[in-house]
Amino acid sequence: MSEITPEIVAEHGLNKEEYALVLEIMGREPNLLELGIFSVMWSEHCSYKSSKKWLKTLPTEGPQVIMGPGENAGVIDIGEGYAAIFKMESHNHPSFIEPYQGAATGVGGILRDVFTMGARPIANVNALRFGAPDHPKTKHLVSGVVAGVGGYGNCVGVPTIAGEVEFDPSYNGNILVNAMTVGLARADRIFTAQASGVGNPVVYVGSKTGRDGIHGATMASAEFDDDSDEKRPTVQVGDPFTEKLLIEACLELMQTDTIVAIQDMGAAGLTSSSFEMASSGDMGVELELDQVPQREDGMTPYEMMLSESQERMLIILKPGKEHVAKAIMEKWDLDFAVIGTLTDSKRMVLKFHGEVVGDLPIKPLAHHSPEYDRPWVPTPDSKDVKPEDVKEAADTTAALKTLIGSPNMSSRRWVWEQYDHMVMGDTIQRPGGDAGVVRIHGTNRALAVTSDCTPRYCLANPVRGGAQAVAETYRNLTSVGAKPLAITDNMNFGNPERPEIMGQFVGCIEGMRDACLALDYPVVSGNVSLYNETNGKGIMPTPVIGGVGLLENADRLATVAFGAENETLVLVGESKGHLGRSVYMDVLEGKREGNAPLVDLVAERRNGEFIRSRIEAGLLTSCHDLSDGGLAAAVADMALASGMGATVTKPASSSVPTTAWLFGEDQGRYLVSVADADSFLAAAKQAGVPAEAIGRTGGQGLTLPGGSTISVTELRETNESWLPNYMAS
Amino acid sequence: MKAAVIVFPGSNCDRDIQVALRQSMGSEPQMVWHKDADFDSVDLICLPGGFSYGDYLRCGAMSAKSPVMKEVIARANKGVPVLGICNGFQILAESGLVPGALMRNAGLKFVCRDLHLKVERNDSIFTSGYATGQAIKIPVAHHDGNYFVDAEGLKAIEDKGQVAFRYCGADGTVTAENNPNGSLNNIAGVYNAKGNVLGMMPHPERLCEAALGGTDGKAMFESLVAALS
Repeated sequence: MSEITPEIVAEHGLNKEEYALVLEIMGREPNLLELGIFSVMWSEHCSYKSSKKWLKTLPTEGPQVIMGPGENAGVIDIGEGYAAIFKMESHNHPSFIEPYQGAATGVGGILRDVFTMGARPIANVNALRFGAPDHPKTKHLVSGVVAGVGGYGNCVGVPTIAGEVEFDPSYNGNILVNAMTVGLARADRIFTAQASGVGNPVVYVGSKTGRDGIHGATMASAEFDDDSDEKRPTVQVGDPFTEKLLIEACLELMQTDTIVAIQDMGAAGLTSSSFEMASSGDMGVELELDQVPQREDGMTPYEMMLSESQERMLIILKPGKEHVAKAIMEKWDLDFAVIGTLTDSKRMVLKFHGEVVGDLPIKPLAHHSPEYDRPWVPTPDSKDVKPEDVKEAADTTAALKTLIGSPNMSSRRWVWEQYDHMVMGDTIQRPGGDAGVVRIHGTNRALAVTSDCTPRYCLANPVRGGAQAVAETYRNLTSVGAKPLAITDNMNFGNPERPEIMGQFVGCIEGMRDACLALDYPVVSGNVSLYNETNGKGIMPTPVIGGVGLLENADRLATVAFGAENETLVLVGESKGHLGRSVYMDVLEGKREGNAPLVDLVAERRNGEFIRSRIEAGLLTSCHDLSDGGLAAAVADMALASGMGATVTKPASSSVPTTAWLFGEDQGRYLVSVADADSFLAAAKQAGVPAEAIGRTGGQGLTLPGGSTISVTELRETNESWLPNYMAS
Repeated sequence: MKAAVIVFPGSNCDRDIQVALRQSMGSEPQMVWHKDADFDSVDLICLPGGFSYGDYLRCGAMSAKSPVMKEVIARANKGVPVLGICNGFQILAESGLVPGALMRNAGLKFVCRDLHLKVERNDSIFTSGYATGQAIKIPVAHHDGNYFVDAEGLKAIEDKGQVAFRYCGADGTVTAENNPNGSLNNIAGVYNAKGNVLGMMPHPERLCEAALGGTDGKAMFESLVAALS
């Protein structure tokens, strides 16, 4: 074994203090294999060493929570004996280096996190963020990432039903690929990674192990520089066909009474899966590395333990059940090998050709990983923009047209038509609505799923931005009629060793916590991606929230399409004309200034509950939340979805300037159409919810106050053309 | 009516067609694993959509050599009706049960969307529930649906009325604009010469319920139940 020099330690991403801790835990100098194991286990990606302190402050409990953070994915009770299992995870660094495979394996990894717990995946969602459209790499990255997400999800046959795509120069050197999977399981049939039973066999199933992805977790824990492309060999290659077989084989095996514990081999592969299983059961494990199915000859123990080859699972079987598991894996043409046994030594002993090549204590390595209280500074306040200080648009309709034809507001059809969003035959709200909705197969209940984040708000005011991201998912779920139940978070930030970046993280967590508490909407799973920086330039703080909600009666699904001509449009929630950090200011005025809008969490909840009660009672004919682009953008979306026009009138009682009233991004608001306006407004009044009639549906065009009329056809052409034209240019 | 759905490794629309068949038949179709060449006698065999064998080599090429396909080919040749949807169509083409081949979409991208199909004839067991010339709304979801056959073959299938469906507009007009994948003559589905085998790229099983966005697929399964019960 080679001697461990300071250079080797540094190459493994461990600093001096961390290496000192390694020596203390080992009681001797580690060999290279052992050092490699410490390196991946203590990488930011696997250990959450910079974020743990703050993540602990998020609310994670509630009557609906069956299992919160700490498992492969979060588990919530959705009634009638079912559980929804979900999580979102980033694959940012690999997707920048190799967009197709990076994105594809991101989807594959999150699917495994969900089915390893016993759930059949029923919906995929992805939140994608790219650099400026005119950056030379952007088009290539969009094309590769979208093809990769589709290539994997379409092949495994799980519908991709919702997501986001955003462009901003801050992502020029670090794109974000956040993939979420929602699965369905029986609430009494949840599988975990907790190993038990001395002598029980440790079984490897799935694809063979190759040299791909070695040190992927370490790469994901460092900044990029100009030579990032040289990291291509650390990107894994996905095989969705094998994943599909693995899903079916594992779900079939889970029907038999053979499994003690099961864990997918994700980041840091065999190392982290075996450590996590042994550690959570307080067991020891002995592995015979010769038994690991290998794709190529001459692989070393170091390579086998650190490989991130995809589509692999580690299972602890009940004694004597090997033949049952083997028969199922053979049916699906998957590799099956007994590679070790559980022991009571509380140590990981690795053998190769009959020799012990590694011997490490499990608990100290898994649980005593470094934990940092990184210095942080709060983000300074931004001076706000007053509505009356913004000049009125000459023609508000023309401004709307510019807005909905801009890169960040244009239709994402070009993206989601590349994803199979209908397979499994239960998609009742396809992409393009406020949330994707799938029925719980064989029932009349449905799950709604959305992902949201407004990074420009988080940049201006992390606390407000963190709360807003949570609230927007709450609003999107509410808009389709679903009761928001819980969230998963995907925290994408720059280098946490910079106090201002750490301050963004701390601020966003604070806002998220406030919102989760106020809305009874706990965090049940999540993922942190730090070091999203290139040459010292970080991304905007991007805490992406994936929300899951329940419709007890799928027939009550609300959509953004107007129901009928000549109905009343009612704006629910308070409009103050907040233009700071709005899309309007960015696109029309070229200004990125002001404060993020404040989310009044009490109003958010009250307004949301009111909207849901109206949807449940069948008292509105369409519903849309207000977000980017405010009221004007919302009414445009509704016109586009229905092919029907509308006329918007500003109430005489409003003192907000017209432009700010139309494009302001005040929070906690919804636009609905109703047949009976009087009773709707009376009910709102009784519930203490601000609501006012602001127009009528009907006709072929959209008319705004302070503007001309635009035909729905012209709106559609404008909205639909930017992305396909850009990708074809 | 008794129906069988063949499940290949990588099939992923097997449950979807199982549900559509169950709703129309009122009974359960038999799900047949591709390694089980010996399955019950049935009135209809369905090859579902998906990515059998990961679409590696060529879409449908490996499944066409699967043990169960020998049996499917033998039964089709004896006149048993066979319906292949999407990947099922690709398998039928690779097996030689229907003429032609499915190439990569002209746009080189996977395409998933609702579109319209013109029903070319309603005197088949698959389409008696439609009117000839009717435009029906059915979704596609594929990467390789660009139908090709040589000039002679094209003339033959056109002359013999073997074209089942063409991509068209909502009003039934067949134009290049309405062609999602570059297929010859906008062909979306073809019959074999005897008319007992139908291969089609679009997914009728996906639009059999209003909640899913449409019900135009239902008439195909009802036509089959009417003809085969």
